[in-house]
Amino acid sequence: MSPNVVLLVAAGGMIGAPARYLLGKWALSVFGTRFPWGTWIINLSGSLLLGVLTGLRHEMPEWVYPLLGTGFAGAYTTFSTFGYETVTLLHQNRRTAAVIYAASSALLGLTAAAVGMTLAG
Amino acid sequence: MKDIVYVALGGICGALLRYALSTVIPQIDGFPLPTLLINLSGCLFLGLFFTLALDPKRISSAVRIGIGTGLTGAFTTFSTFSVETIWLLENDRIAAALLYAGASLVGGIALSILGVWLGGIWRERSGSKGGQVL
Repeated sequence: MSPNVVLLVAAGGMIGAPARYLLGKWALSVFGTRFPWGTWIINLSGSLLLGVLTGLRHEMPEWVYPLLGTGFAGAYTTFSTFGYETVTLLHQNRRTAAVIYAASSALLGLTAAAVGMTLAG
Repeated sequence: MKDIVYVALGGICGALLRYALSTVIPQIDGFPLPTLLINLSGCLFLGLFFTLALDPKRISSAVRIGIGTGLTGAFTTFSTFSVETIWLLENDRIAAALLYAGASLVGGIALSILGVWLGGIWRERSGSKGGQVL
């Protein structure tokens, strides 16, 4: 853990988490509370971004990946909120929505990462 | 505006904690154990924490946003999960990819359910004594 990397990861986390918070609030105001569109969009776009960064990792200056990959994309996307929202849908007895949310996040998240890696690599 | 500061502070702590654990927990033969453990533990904690935070007298909005949305949200990561699964698939580690994705998704949702359940029990038990503000 070099001190520079620690600072870069911290800086990325400082931007990534508020970006998720603001986009989540915006999605809530546009789409309402029926479906967690905010986290859905965040996790797919973040997977695409991290795919691109992973593909370009060895062609970029060394500081870029800890800042934008580990820090920003890591903090921007979230697995715990994804889990909590799936459970919230289940508790509302909206099983179909819960399955669609979990399955589409996973399948499209993996697709986005693969597309990003292919675009970059 | 204050909320953004709480989320940013939580984001710094969450990202650093994730990075620190990823350097400490070993990857076993390329299997992304660090991210798996990070995401599973974060799901359990957030389920518990957000359920306790349903009572604003127990957990203030600032603490809920800073620790829940900021710290736990930034500690866990979906993008790394996606990229690592694709990496395993690209390296023809089909079984490892299925195990990783399955354990993350099924385990994450199961631990979220467990966290919410434990939080509900905690609320019921302490409810009669009056919740304390964290």
